[in-house]
Amino acid sequence: MGELKAPTTQEVLETGQGQGFATTKFEDLLAWAQKYSLFMYPFVTACCGMEFMSVSGPRFDHSRFGAEVPRFTPRQSDLLWVVGTIVQRQAPVLKRIYEQMAEPKWVLAFGTCASVGGFYDNYACVAGIDKIIPADVYIPGCPPRPEAVLDGLLLLQDKIQSGDRRPGIVKPRFDPVARPDMGVVQLRRSKHG
Amino acid sequence: MAKALLQLIQLEFPDAVLETHSQHGDDTVVVDPGAWKAVARFCKDQLAMEMLADLTCVDWPHREPRFDVVAHLHSLSKGQRLRLKARVGDAEGEHAAIDSLTELWASANWAEREAWDMFGVVFTDHPDLRRILTYPEFVGHALRKDYPADRIQPLVPYREVENIEKLPPFDHHEGMSFGRQTHLASRGDD
Repeated sequence: MGELKAPTTQEVLETGQGQGFATTKFEDLLAWAQKYSLFMYPFVTACCGMEFMSVSGPRFDHSRFGAEVPRFTPRQSDLLWVVGTIVQRQAPVLKRIYEQMAEPKWVLAFGTCASVGGFYDNYACVAGIDKIIPADVYIPGCPPRPEAVLDGLLLLQDKIQSGDRRPGIVKPRFDPVARPDMGVVQLRRSKHG
Repeated sequence: MAKALLQLIQLEFPDAVLETHSQHGDDTVVVDPGAWKAVARFCKDQLAMEMLADLTCVDWPHREPRFDVVAHLHSLSKGQRLRLKARVGDAEGEHAAIDSLTELWASANWAEREAWDMFGVVFTDHPDLRRILTYPEFVGHALRKDYPADRIQPLVPYREVENIEKLPPFDHHEGMSFGRQTHLASRGDD
């Protein structure tokens, strides 16, 4: 039986063998830790909540990206998921929740209503949460596909890693018009046209 | 069958019933707003209309009286439905007042609060006539046809960021087949 002996730090440095190590900057290490431990506050107000459940469920499962733990107090969360329409009457609540979150904090606008208000262009609704609080990632869709939500989450993680606080929008994975084989319904002007 | 209901009401209130109609199974009585509560009480006590299914309002901006107050009654024991209407308010929407039905049906409480919130019809003797959907700071009545379609009353001041006031792309030149229509614009087209 050979003798088991862990190499000393001096040996590792001199020979480049053994357990190994990596060098990085502290900010990068911190950002890496932050992007994989996003504690979310689900501010779920409307029908997008059904899709949110789908993303949270085992089929799509955003916990694979280290972002699953819901905290129902803003003081323990650092990612605010705004899922659904925000009405004017609710706006002070949303703003207060956002203000109660500790820095660093990020905001995800889930769906068209939270992003721009959608077709709720009326007296009651806030046309996008960015009128009240800054949003980091906008996910379009009514509701968005779970894949789009995962894209948005990965986009946010990229932004956290690179320290980019400019808002980002999730792009579609392909142009449906350019992919008729995907089974997208083609609009026709007339039956005999 | 249900036309008999209309005749019963007409016999009981010959002066208060302004018109009746009955089509597609919907029986409607238009009554004088002064007799609103008496007719409703008659419907509840004599015609077994135990349930007030809905109470709402319709705005006819070119008509005077301007508002229709509509009550949908349902008899659970007889399986019959009846609709009561009364016309209130002048062309500007002022002096729109009618008796509250909360004494007869408790469900009228919230429905009348909603009708007041959205249309500004005052229900006299209502125990708690406050806004129910919008907030107390809200000015005006949102579902009146002359409430501007693009008027918002934010509770939280919007952030001071460039282009924050830009509305969703809802105009002709922004790819939508319809634009935002306001009551005043449509009135000019008439």
